Amino acid sequence: MDTRDVVFIALFAAIVAALAVFPPITLPVVGVPVTAQSLGVMLAGGVLGAARGGLALVLFLALVALGLPLLAGGRGGFGVFLGPSGGFLVGWIAAAFAIGFLTELFWNRLNYIVAFAICVAGGVVLLYAIGVPWIAAVAKIPVGMALTGSLPFIPGDIVKALVAAGVIVTVKRSYPIITPRARAQKQT
Amino acid sequence: MLTDLYVFADSPVHRARPVVKIAALVVLCTSLFVCEGWTAVTVAGVLVFTGFALAGLGPRHAIVSVRPALWILAAIFAVQLYMTDVVFAGFIVARFVVLILAAALVTLTTRTSEFVDGILSALRFAPAWVPKAQIALAVSLFLRFVPLVRTALDDVREAQRARGLDRNIKAILVPLVVRILKTADEVSQAIYARSFD
Repeated sequence: MDTRDVVFIALFAAIVAALAVFPPITLPVVGVPVTAQSLGVMLAGGVLGAARGGLALVLFLALVALGLPLLAGGRGGFGVFLGPSGGFLVGWIAAAFAIGFLTELFWNRLNYIVAFAICVAGGVVLLYAIGVPWIAAVAKIPVGMALTGSLPFIPGDIVKALVAAGVIVTVKRSYPIITPRARAQKQT
Repeated sequence: MLTDLYVFADSPVHRARPVVKIAALVVLCTSLFVCEGWTAVTVAGVLVFTGFALAGLGPRHAIVSVRPALWILAAIFAVQLYMTDVVFAGFIVARFVVLILAAALVTLTTRTSEFVDGILSALRFAPAWVPKAQIALAVSLFLRFVPLVRTALDDVREAQRARGLDRNIKAILVPLVVRILKTADEVSQAIYARSFD
């Protein structure tokens, strides 16, 4: 982890923060706003890779916890982690790391379809696997019911995965940052 | 400019050290989950209410803090009402409200800079494997670059609007990401050139 990596982490955390200005669409009934910010989570993993992508989200969420209103809709502070949907925020770190790991793994074969599958695996499947049981635990409702309540968000997240995959593949062609996992292991 | 959620005032709550406030928040949250029941929630609610009164924060601040979670809390209340009874459903929702308000109390009475300074000074006592200089660099770069990325985002949106692409989110994100990655490379070259390591 040299200085260049630290700068990438800080600037990508800043991108995630800046994406909050895209106006959120709040779905009626369930209330978690659909924002461009989770798109930033997919991009952090897919552009920077596992370690740097995960750490960018750690940095971003740490400063949100310290009271900067950087989440969509100007939310911030410790309260957002203590609310029912806090698990989805914590899950962003795991999602960015997983997307980054898979992107490094499939780097040489990365095309739109593969990138989309990776974004869905990390940004939808893994994220909901963390967020849904979290809601169930803190609100004391069955997991199945928490999942039903979260279902309306999945279409929005699939659309975000479609967009993120396009961005990741285009950025790979124009300004690649990731070193593929296989080659990196040979070098060490 | 980056603004935090701090509400300016002078009170015992504002003057308390950030470490003390965070410790109090952690203790409160843990005890709310350990001793369940209306008694704990009522005691914690009274404590939080006293804190709000001491800090001179009004009901407006409380409403703004709870509002984003309102819909999901209503949904949870409905599910609990259907499965158990009104007392338990009320308890679950009341616990969330108290937790969110307690956290808001800490956030609204502490400047982010106080937290950052506190963390960076606490890093002096951290074990050697913690990359202190790099954490400090990452935090200060982040605070400096959030406004810059916002400006870059506006620039890209303007440019794509001229091409009729301002509704195409991919056409906005690709130039933004590439531009920021280039900036990051330039910044790290500048840091190397000044022998930061």
